[in-house]
Amino acid sequence: MADKRIDEPTGVETVGHEWDGIEELNTPLPRWWLWTFYATIVFAIGYVVVYPAIPGRHAASAGTAGWTSRGALAKDLAAADAARAQTRAAIAATPVEKLADNPQLLRAAIEGGAAAFKQNCVQCHGSGAAGSKGYPNLNDDDWLWGGDIATIHQTLEHGVRYPGDEQTRTSQMPAFGRDGILTAAQVQDVVSHVRVISGQEKASASSARGAQIFADNCSVCHGANGEGNRTVGAPRLNDKIWLYGGDRATLTQTVTYARQGVMPAWGQRLDPVTVKMLAAYVHSRGGGEALPAATPAPDAAPAAPATR
Amino acid sequence: MPADPKLKLVASTPSPQEGGGDNATAHHEPSLYARREPVCPSKVDGRFRRFKWAVMAFCLAVYWGTPWLRWDRGPWAPNQAVLIDLAHRRFYMFGIEIWPHEFYFVAGLLIMAGVGLFLVTSAVGRAWCGYACPQTVWTDLFQHVDRLIDGDRNAQLALDRAPWNARKITKRLTKWAIFLAISFATGGAWIFYFADAPTLQREFWTGAAPGVAYACVAVLTFTTFWLGGFMREQVCVYMCPWPRIQSAMLDEKSLIVTYKDWRGEPRGSLKQAAKVREGRLPGAIGDCIDCKQCVAVCPTGIDIREGAQIGCITCGLCIDACDRVMGQVGRERGLIDYCTLDDAEHERKGGAPKSLVKAIFRPRTLVYLGLWSAIGLGLLFMLGQRTRLDLSVARDRNPEFVQLSDGSVRDGFTIKLRNMEDRPRDTVLSLEGLAGGVIYTDEMDAAAAKPALRFTVPADTTMRLRVYAVVPGDDARPQPFAFHLAAVARPGEAPAQDRVNTEFSAPQAQ
Repeated sequence: MADKRIDEPTGVETVGHEWDGIEELNTPLPRWWLWTFYATIVFAIGYVVVYPAIPGRHAASAGTAGWTSRGALAKDLAAADAARAQTRAAIAATPVEKLADNPQLLRAAIEGGAAAFKQNCVQCHGSGAAGSKGYPNLNDDDWLWGGDIATIHQTLEHGVRYPGDEQTRTSQMPAFGRDGILTAAQVQDVVSHVRVISGQEKASASSARGAQIFADNCSVCHGANGEGNRTVGAPRLNDKIWLYGGDRATLTQTVTYARQGVMPAWGQRLDPVTVKMLAAYVHSRGGGEALPAATPAPDAAPAAPATR
Repeated sequence: MPADPKLKLVASTPSPQEGGGDNATAHHEPSLYARREPVCPSKVDGRFRRFKWAVMAFCLAVYWGTPWLRWDRGPWAPNQAVLIDLAHRRFYMFGIEIWPHEFYFVAGLLIMAGVGLFLVTSAVGRAWCGYACPQTVWTDLFQHVDRLIDGDRNAQLALDRAPWNARKITKRLTKWAIFLAISFATGGAWIFYFADAPTLQREFWTGAAPGVAYACVAVLTFTTFWLGGFMREQVCVYMCPWPRIQSAMLDEKSLIVTYKDWRGEPRGSLKQAAKVREGRLPGAIGDCIDCKQCVAVCPTGIDIREGAQIGCITCGLCIDACDRVMGQVGRERGLIDYCTLDDAEHERKGGAPKSLVKAIFRPRTLVYLGLWSAIGLGLLFMLGQRTRLDLSVARDRNPEFVQLSDGSVRDGFTIKLRNMEDRPRDTVLSLEGLAGGVIYTDEMDAAAAKPALRFTVPADTTMRLRVYAVVPGDDARPQPFAFHLAAVARPGEAPAQDRVNTEFSAPQAQ
C-alpha cells in the first residue's frame, strides 16, 4: 500500500511503493518538459490539418497541403524522368551503330537496356538472357539474323514473323514430314546427317543417304555444309548450339513439323530510345559482333522462301 | 546516516514544507512539475578553473581550427587535412584515407572512444563531464557571457528577479545576440568537416552552398543556442544518459569531489568558532564557515556538502572556491577535494591523506588501459597492413556459363578494380591456372580476347568491368582458377598486387 514518506537525504517525497527495500522518489518533472509535451500536441493538431489524417468512409481527409502518397510517387517519377531526359535525348540523337563511339553513352544505354529487358524480354529469354527451348540464348555467339548492333536493332524493331509489321523478319521452313515431302525414313537419314556435321555422331549408311537428301532439300537455306544463312534466319547446323535441341527425337520433330519462332515487333510497343537501349544491352551480353566493314544496304526483303 | 549528527541535510529540490509532525505530507500535495531554479555561478579562480580554461581553449581551437588545416595529397585528392567526404564516400584524416569498406577503422575508433570513457571514469571519475564534454564547454562559455553582460552572481540573480524594464530587455537582447553569434559560429563550423572548407565558406556566403549545409547550420545553431544558452545543467541532470551510466560505473575507489564533512562539521561562522575557542560556546566547531561559496560557483547549482549526486559533474570549481576561502581564514586547503570513498573512510578514521596517483593507477584502470591500447595497436597494425590495390570478382550465376558455337565455354564475371591511391595506375588483369583461357570485356570485340588485359584505373576510383573468360572446348570443364591484378610498378616502387580465387563453370564432362 501507498506509504508515502519524506526521504531524509534528499528531502523529496517517495511515491509510496517499495520493492525489496528499494523505493522511488517522487521527484517533480521539470516544467519545460510539460511545455515540450504541449508543443507536441500543437504539432499534432497542425499535422492533422496539413496532412491527410482523419479516415472517412471512402477516403481520408485531404489536408490543406494536398499531399498524397500517389502524388509524391508521381513527383518522384517525374524527377527521375527529368534526370534521365538528357541521356535519353543523346541516345535518341545517336544512330544505334554510332553508340559505341561514345563509351559513356553506350554504358548508359546498356544499363537502360538491362532495365527494359527485365520488364519486357525476360518472359521468353530469361532473366539472364540465356533463353530456353525455342527462345534464343542472347549471350552466345550464334545469331539467327545477325549479331552486330544494327542488325540486332532491326530484329528488335520489327520482330520475327510478327503479323502487322511490313519489315518483320520472315522465313518459313517447310514441314518436310507432315507435308509428305520426305518419308519418315528419309527424315531419319537427314537427322543422321545433321548429327554428323554437328559432331554428335559418326558417319553411317543412314547419314550418307541423308547427305544427299540434305543437299537436295536443305542446303538452299542452311548451306551446303550446314553453315546456315542469316539473311533468311536459317540456323547454323554444324555448331554446338541448338535452339530446340540437337538430340535425335527433337531433330526429327523439327524436320517433320518445322519451327516458326515469333517475336513481337518492339518498335510498335516501346519508344525508339528504349529499343535502341535494348539493342545495346543484347549486343553487350558477350556474343555481340562488330559491324560489317562496308555496310551494304540492309535488305529488307528476304531472298528466300518468304511466303506470307 | 540520520544517526550522524554532524550531517546537516538540505533539500536540493523543491520539497513539501516541513510540518510540525512526522507525517507532514498528508495535508500538502507537492506540485508534479518543478520550475527551473536559475543557476548563476559566480566567478572563481584557482587551479581547476585554470585547467578548465586550458581544456576549453584546446577543445574550441580543435573544433574551429581542424577543418582549415591543409594536407597536400597531390592533384587527385582533396587537400583538407580532416575531411568526411560523404558525397564521394571517403574519410580523410591527415595521411590516412578510409574507404567505405574499411569502415571498421571508424568502428574501432568508436570502440576506443567508448573504452576510453570507461578508462577515464575508472581513473579520474566524471572528468569527461567536468571538463571535456561539449555541453560543459559551451555552457561554461555561455556562463562567461552571462557574467560579461549581466555582472557576477548577485547582479544576475537581481536581474532575473527584476521586472521587464528597458534595461533588462536591452541586457537580455544583447546577451542573446551574443549567444546567437556563438551558436552560429558553432553550427557553422560543423559543415566544414564535410566539404572543402574555403570553398564551402565562399559558397555559404554567396548563397551557392547546398541546401543541406544551410539546414545543418540552422539546426546546430538552434541546438547550441537552446542547449548552451538555456537548458545548460538540465541536459546533464535530465537528458544525458551518461551520468546514469556513470553512477553504475563509479565505485569506492573512484575519484569524486568530496566535502570532508568529518573536518568541516559542525559548520559555524568565524565568530562562533572564536567563541568556541574561547570557551564561551560549548561543543566543537568544524572548518566549514558556511560561506556557501562552493554553492555560489557551482555551474550546475548543487550543494556539494550534501555528498556525491547526479548533478555533480566533478569540475572542481567548488574546490577552487573553498581553497580560496580556507586560505583567507587561515585554514588548511582541501576541505572540499578530489577523494575516493575508500580514502574518505580512511581519513575519517584519522588516517593521513593518500596520494592521488595510487587512486588513479589501480588494477581496473590498468585493465581498461591495456584493452584500450590493444585496440589502438591492433588498428595501427591493420592500417600498416592494408593494401591500396584491390580486386573483387563476382561470378555470373544466370547463366552460369554460355556454350559457344565452336564448342568453347564462356563464363561472365563482374570485376571491380579498386585503386585506392591518389593517382591513376596502370594495372594488368590476368588469369591464373586456366589453361587456354582468354578474357575480354563487354566493351571489346570478342576477337580481341587475350590471356591478360591492361587497364588504367583512375585515381582513387573503383573501376567496374564486365569480363568474359573463354576456354576452348577441350579444356572447358568446371575448375578452380584465379584472377590476378598487378599494378605496373614505376621504377623504385614496391609492386602491388591482389588475387581472387574463383571457379570456372562449364557443362560437366559427358
